[in-house]
Amino acid sequence: MSTSSPVETAGAATATYVDKRLGSNRFLGRNLGKVFPDHWSFMLGEIVLYSFIVVLLTGTYLTLFYKPSMVEVLYDGSYVPLKGVMMSEAYESTLNISFDVRGGLLIRQMHHWAALIFVAAMVVHAFRVFFTGAYRKPREFNWLIGVALLTMALAAGFTGYSLPDDLLSGTGLQIIRGILQSIPVVGTWAAFLVFGGEFPGTDIISRLYAAHILLVPGLILALITVHLMMVWTQKHTQFPGPGRTNDNVVGYPLLPVYMAKAGGFFFIVFGVIALISGLVTINPIWIFGPYTPDQVSAGTQPDWYIGWLDGALRLMPNWETVVAGFTISWNIFIPSVVIPGILFTGLALYPFLEAWATGDKREHNLLDRPRNAPVRTGIGVMAITFYGILWIGGGNDLIATAFDLSINSLSWFLRITLIVAPPIAFIVTKRICLGLQRRDRDKLLHGYESGRVLRLPHGEFIEVHEPINYKELAVITSKTDYSPLPAPEKTDADGVKNKKYLIQKIQHKISHFYYADDVKKPTAAEIEAAQHHAAHDAMLEAPLHEYEDADQISTFHGGVLHHPGMPETNAEQVAQQENRSTT
Amino acid sequence: MKFLAARRRNPIVALGLLLFALVVVGGGYAVVTETQPATAAMGSQTQVEDGERLYLEGCSSCHGLQAEGTGNGPTLIGAGAAAVHFQVATGRMPLAAPGAQAPAKEVIYTESEIEAMSAYVASLAPGPAIPSAEQIDFADADVAEGGVLFRINCAQCHQAAGQGGALTQGKYAPSLMESTPQEIYEAMITGPENMPIFADSTLQVEEKQAILAYINELQEAPSPGGLALGRLGPVAEGLFLWTAVFAALIAAAVWIGIKAR
Ligand code: HEC
Ligand code: HEC
Ligand code: HEM
Repeated sequence: MSTSSPVETAGAATATYVDKRLGSNRFLGRNLGKVFPDHWSFMLGEIVLYSFIVVLLTGTYLTLFYKPSMVEVLYDGSYVPLKGVMMSEAYESTLNISFDVRGGLLIRQMHHWAALIFVAAMVVHAFRVFFTGAYRKPREFNWLIGVALLTMALAAGFTGYSLPDDLLSGTGLQIIRGILQSIPVVGTWAAFLVFGGEFPGTDIISRLYAAHILLVPGLILALITVHLMMVWTQKHTQFPGPGRTNDNVVGYPLLPVYMAKAGGFFFIVFGVIALISGLVTINPIWIFGPYTPDQVSAGTQPDWYIGWLDGALRLMPNWETVVAGFTISWNIFIPSVVIPGILFTGLALYPFLEAWATGDKREHNLLDRPRNAPVRTGIGVMAITFYGILWIGGGNDLIATAFDLSINSLSWFLRITLIVAPPIAFIVTKRICLGLQRRDRDKLLHGYESGRVLRLPHGEFIEVHEPINYKELAVITSKTDYSPLPAPEKTDADGVKNKKYLIQKIQHKISHFYYADDVKKPTAAEIEAAQHHAAHDAMLEAPLHEYEDADQISTFHGGVLHHPGMPETNAEQVAQQENRSTT
Repeated sequence: MKFLAARRRNPIVALGLLLFALVVVGGGYAVVTETQPATAAMGSQTQVEDGERLYLEGCSSCHGLQAEGTGNGPTLIGAGAAAVHFQVATGRMPLAAPGAQAPAKEVIYTESEIEAMSAYVASLAPGPAIPSAEQIDFADADVAEGGVLFRINCAQCHQAAGQGGALTQGKYAPSLMESTPQEIYEAMITGPENMPIFADSTLQVEEKQAILAYINELQEAPSPGGLALGRLGPVAEGLFLWTAVFAALIAAAVWIGIKAR
C-alpha cells in the first residue's frame, strides 16, 4: 500500500469504515471475485433484467397520474378531436398523461416499449436456455421459475394493456370475458366474479390495476430474486472450449470486468429504449377512442406476446356442442384454454421429461451445442413453428390486405400449415443437426477444407485439408456420445417378472427416438488412421515444393506447367522423390 | 353485411327495374327525363349527350347500351350521379378485370367528362346526386362528434385510424388516407360494394360533415408520439420490435461480448 493513490486510500478507508459496522469485507471479497463465463447469449438474461428495471421506473411515474376509475367524465383536455366526449376517468387520465403531463407521453411510450422488450427478451433468453440444454440438472428448478416468470410477464402485459380503457383494451377484455365464459360449468360464474357483474361493469379497471401495479410485479420481483440467486449459487453454465470442463468456470471476475460490462450494457439497453420511445409511437390510444361495448375497430390486435392466442382463436373452426341445454364453446375453449394449457405444461415439464426419457441423471455445467442434441433442437424448432403460425394467424387480416389475399383462404392455409409444418420443421431440423454432427466428425478425422485447391502434376485436383485449431478441437470433442437405453427384460435372470416392464419399454422407445441416430465421435484409432492418410496425401503434394531446381516450375499458383522429365503420375512422383533422397 | 347489402339494393334495384320498364313501355328516352325530380342534379342537354357518348364508348359493354345492366355489370339506372362520380373519380370504373372488388386505380377521365357521364346516368332515373360544395364543407363541423360517429359507423371496416381493413373472401375496406371530402361523401350516400348506404335519415348532413372533419383530422394531424408505423396497431409495433429493436439490442450484446476477448 506504500504507493497507493489518494483515491485508493480513500476507498480503503471507506471499506474499512463499512466493514467495521457490517462485516462486509469477507462477503465482498468472496463474491466480487466470482468468475462469470462470457458469451453474448448470456447477456439476454441481462436485457430482460434491465428492461424490467425500466418498466418499474417508468411505471412508478405513470401511477402518479393514472386514475383507475371507470366513472364517466366529460373530456376537457388539450386533445381537440376528443373534446366533449364522454369517457372513463381511466381513459381521461391516460390522455392527460399523453398530452398534459410533462414528459408523460415519452414515459408512457418508454413503459410500453420496455414492456414489449421485456417479454421478447425473456422469450429469446428462454430459447437460449432451451437450445443449449442449460435447464438440465441441477438447474431444473430455475427453469421452472423461468416458466413462472414468463406466465407472470404475460399477465403483467395483459393487465397493463387493459388499463387505458381505450377501444383496443376494452375489446381485449371482452375477449377475456368470452374465454372465461367458455370454461365448461363454471364459466359464466367465473366471468361474473372477475368483472363484478355484467360486462364491462365498473370494477374491472381497479381490479386490474391492483394486479398490474402490486400483485404481478411483486411476484415477478420475488421470482427474479430467487432466479438470480440460483444462477449465483449454482454458477453459470459455459459453452465448451479449451480448458472448460463440467467442473470449472472459465471467465472474468465479477469485479471489475463483469461489473463494467453489465453496467455499460444497462445503459445501452436503457438508451435504446429511450431512443425508440422518443422516436416511435406505441399504442396511440387517442386514435382508438374510449371504450364502449358497441364499438370495435377493424384490425384490433393484442400486443405481440398475446398475438398467438388471438391467432389460435381466429384459426379455430367454429365448433360448439349443446349438452343438456348448455352450450360448450369448443371454438373458444380449445384455442384459448386447452392449447396454452398444453404448451405451458409441456414447457414446464420438459426438463423432467427429457431426463426421464433419456435416463440422463448427470449434472451438466457445460452447455450442449444445439446440433449435439438433434431431437431436443428439433422439438424446439417444432414448437417455435407451431407458435409462429398461430402468431401469423393473429395478424391474418393485415396480411390479407397487405398481400391482396382472401382472409378465408389464408385461414384455411394456416390451419393446414399449423398441422403439417411443425413435424416437417422437426424432421428438417434434426437432419440438419445430424449433418452438422457428421461434418464435425469429418473435421476431426480429416481437418477442415482450406478452400485451397491444388493441381497435382498428373492433372488431378485436390483440396488441401488443414488440421483444425485447438479451440475448435476442444469445442468439437466436447460432445458427449449418447446411446439409447437398453431394451428392458420381461423377466430378470432369476425368472422374476419385471413389474416395470411396460414403463421401461416406453422409456426405451423414447430414448431410442432421442439417441439412435447420434453420430458418434471418432475413436482415437480412427483419428490416428485418418492422420496417417493425411500424411500420405501431404507427401503426394509435397514434391512440388521440393524440387531443388525450382526454375523448372514456372507457375505454382493456379496451375503447373509441364516440363520434360516431370513426373506424370503420383506414383512416378513419389518414386522419383524417394530415388533422390536415397542417392 | 349481407343483410345490409340486401336492404340497400332492394329499393334501388326495384325502382331501377320499374323505370326500365317505363322506358320500354313509353318507348322514349324523353319520357324518362321528364320524370326526373327537381332535386337530382340535372346537367345541361349537351352535357348529357356528351355523357351518353362517353358512356357508350367506355361503359356500355358491361353496363348495357341503355345502362340496363348485363352479365358483366349491374344496371346503372337509379345508381345516381354520385355513384358514377365516385366510381370513376376514384378510378374504380371502368373496371379493368373481374375480381373480388373493383380496386381504386389511375383515373382515365377528366373531371368534366366524369361530370358528363354522371349527368347522363342521372338523366336515366333519379338517384343520389353529386354533393354540393356546401354539403361537403366541414369547416364548422365538430371534429370530436365526427370521431364518435366515425368509430360507431366506419371503424369496424375502415379501422379506427382509417387505414382500412380486411373483409371476407378477399374483399376489403380501403384506406381513407387519400380520399377527398367529395369522395367520402359520395361513398356514404352510395354505399359502394359491401359498404352500407348512410342516407340522410341515418346520418344527417351535419353528421356527415363531422365525419369529413374527423377523417381530415386523421389525414392531416401530425403524430404526437413520433413515427406512426402506419397506424396499424400492435402488429406493426410487434414487427418493428422484433426486427429493428431486437437487432439493435443483440448487436450491442454481441459487441460487448466481443470487446472483452
Ligand atoms: C369490365 C366491365 C365494366 C366496365 C367497362 C365498367 N363497369 Fe361499372 N361496374 C362493373 C361491375 C362488375 C360493377 C359492380 C361491382 C362493383 O361495384 O365493384 C360495376 C359497378 C358500377 C357502378 C356502381 C353501381 C352501384 O349500383 O353502385 C357504377 C356507378 C359504375 N359501375 C359505373 C361505370 C362507368 C361510368 C363506367 C365507364 C366509365 C363503367 N362502370 C365501366 C363492371 C364494369
Ligand atoms: C361494412 C363495412 C363498411 C362500413 C361500415 C363503411 N365502409 Fe366505407 N367502404 C367499404 C368498402 C368495402 C369499400 C370499398 C368499396 C369499393 O371498392 O367498391 C369502402 C369504400 C369507402 C371509401 C372509398 C375509399 C377509396 O378508396 O376511394 C370511402 C371514402 C369510405 N368507404 C368511407 C366510409 C365512411 C366515412 C364510413 C362511415 C360512415 C364507411 N365508409 C363505412 C366498407 C365499409
Ligand atoms: C423476468 C424474467 C427473467 C429474468 C430477469 C432472467 C434473468 C436471468 C439472468 C440475468 C440469467 C443469467 C444470465 C443468462 O444466462 O442469460 C438467467 C439465467 C437463467 N434463466 Fe433466466 N431470466 C428470466 C426469465 C427466464 C425464463 C422465462 C426462463 C425459462 C423458461 C429462464 C431460465 C433460466 C435458466 C435455466 C438460467 C440458468 C442458465 C445457465 O446457467 O446457463 N429465465 N436468467
